[in-house]
Amino acid sequence: MLRTSSKPAYDAREAKLRALMVAALAGDAIAYRAFLRELAAHLRRFLGKRLQGRPDDIEDLVQECLIAVHDKRQTYDPSQPLTPWVHAIAGYKLADHLRRNAAGTIARSDFDDEPDEAASNSQGAADAARDVAKLLARLPDRQRLPILHVKLQGLSVAEAAGVTGLSVSAVKIGIHRGLKALAAMVGRRA
Amino acid sequence: MNTDALIDAIVARGSVAKTRSMRRQYAVALFAGTAVTALVTLSTLGPRHDFAQAVALPMFWVKLAFVASLAILGTLAAFRAGLPGRRVSAPLCGIVAVAGGMWIVACAALVESPPAARAGLLLGDTWRTCPWLVAGLSIPVFVAIASAMRRMAPTHPRRAGALAGFASGATAALVYAFHCPELAAPFIGTWYVLGMLVPTLAGALLGPRLFRW
Repeated sequence: MLRTSSKPAYDAREAKLRALMVAALAGDAIAYRAFLRELAAHLRRFLGKRLQGRPDDIEDLVQECLIAVHDKRQTYDPSQPLTPWVHAIAGYKLADHLRRNAAGTIARSDFDDEPDEAASNSQGAADAARDVAKLLARLPDRQRLPILHVKLQGLSVAEAAGVTGLSVSAVKIGIHRGLKALAAMVGRRA
Repeated sequence: MNTDALIDAIVARGSVAKTRSMRRQYAVALFAGTAVTALVTLSTLGPRHDFAQAVALPMFWVKLAFVASLAILGTLAAFRAGLPGRRVSAPLCGIVAVAGGMWIVACAALVESPPAARAGLLLGDTWRTCPWLVAGLSIPVFVAIASAMRRMAPTHPRRAGALAGFASGATAALVYAFHCPELAAPFIGTWYVLGMLVPTLAGALLGPRLFRW
């Protein structure tokens, strides 16, 4: 197991996080909030060391991990140490993130870096916005909402998952399929 | 949304959870899948025709103990593969030890028998169908384990798929053992194990597609 700190610090954090998590699983909301805050700080360091990216990317990933920890909290056995559980989830999400970026399928910056010609022409921009809204309306919710939140409003995937109540992977799949469907619609009209 | 706001949203969804219910879901799924496989086996293949005599033979029980221990170790390993941070090396070592034990018995049986009888010990009467029946019967158990696994959190999807496949293959072999007339150790060590390896391989191929979260 990769250590992010010295042995005594590791043990102290383990004991603290585990006590909070055990209380949280029994229904203690205050302990749960403290646990998630503490965990976020730890994950920021853990992921920061492994991901040489923009701070935004790291924070996105921290949020994704927090949601995964919440969604999968049933898989934590209180008789087992907590840190390996947390690190395994973070490692999985990190690998997933790297794979996604390598594939380049739904990188957030797809639209960010391109010079936006339509924006220089307010009439064109208004037309484009109307077209996008019309096309989006034809998508099912599970594709429309993720695109709306992530691609248009600029939320992270994890945030969109939090807002829509979908799982993180459902948001990613929704964006991917939705964009494909949009491209097909545009292709048919052209 | 910043992280603190996200944490507030998460806390608002509640934090109560019981690991016990995860274990129960897995056990229920495993039982359901095994029940389907047992029904299919009984209704299409039936128990071996000389079942009453077979239970008197020690080798029948050795064979049953072999597949039962592989099924138990396999389902335990698959369950652990669904829990982040849990090691599967202990049940895996157990699986290798049990298989190795059967191979030692098989080698001894081959060495002790006259050369003319060796092919019969290895091939029996049913070597062509045995691995495929075991693999086919593993499908209901695999579906059940995979559906339970999807609610868990396998951090190594390929490994989790392979172990789910092995667990379903070994469980199917346990059911199939009540039908199968073969009792020679070389046969069991070869064709039963091959029958379990087919779903193991299929699981390894399917894992990354099935277990994404």
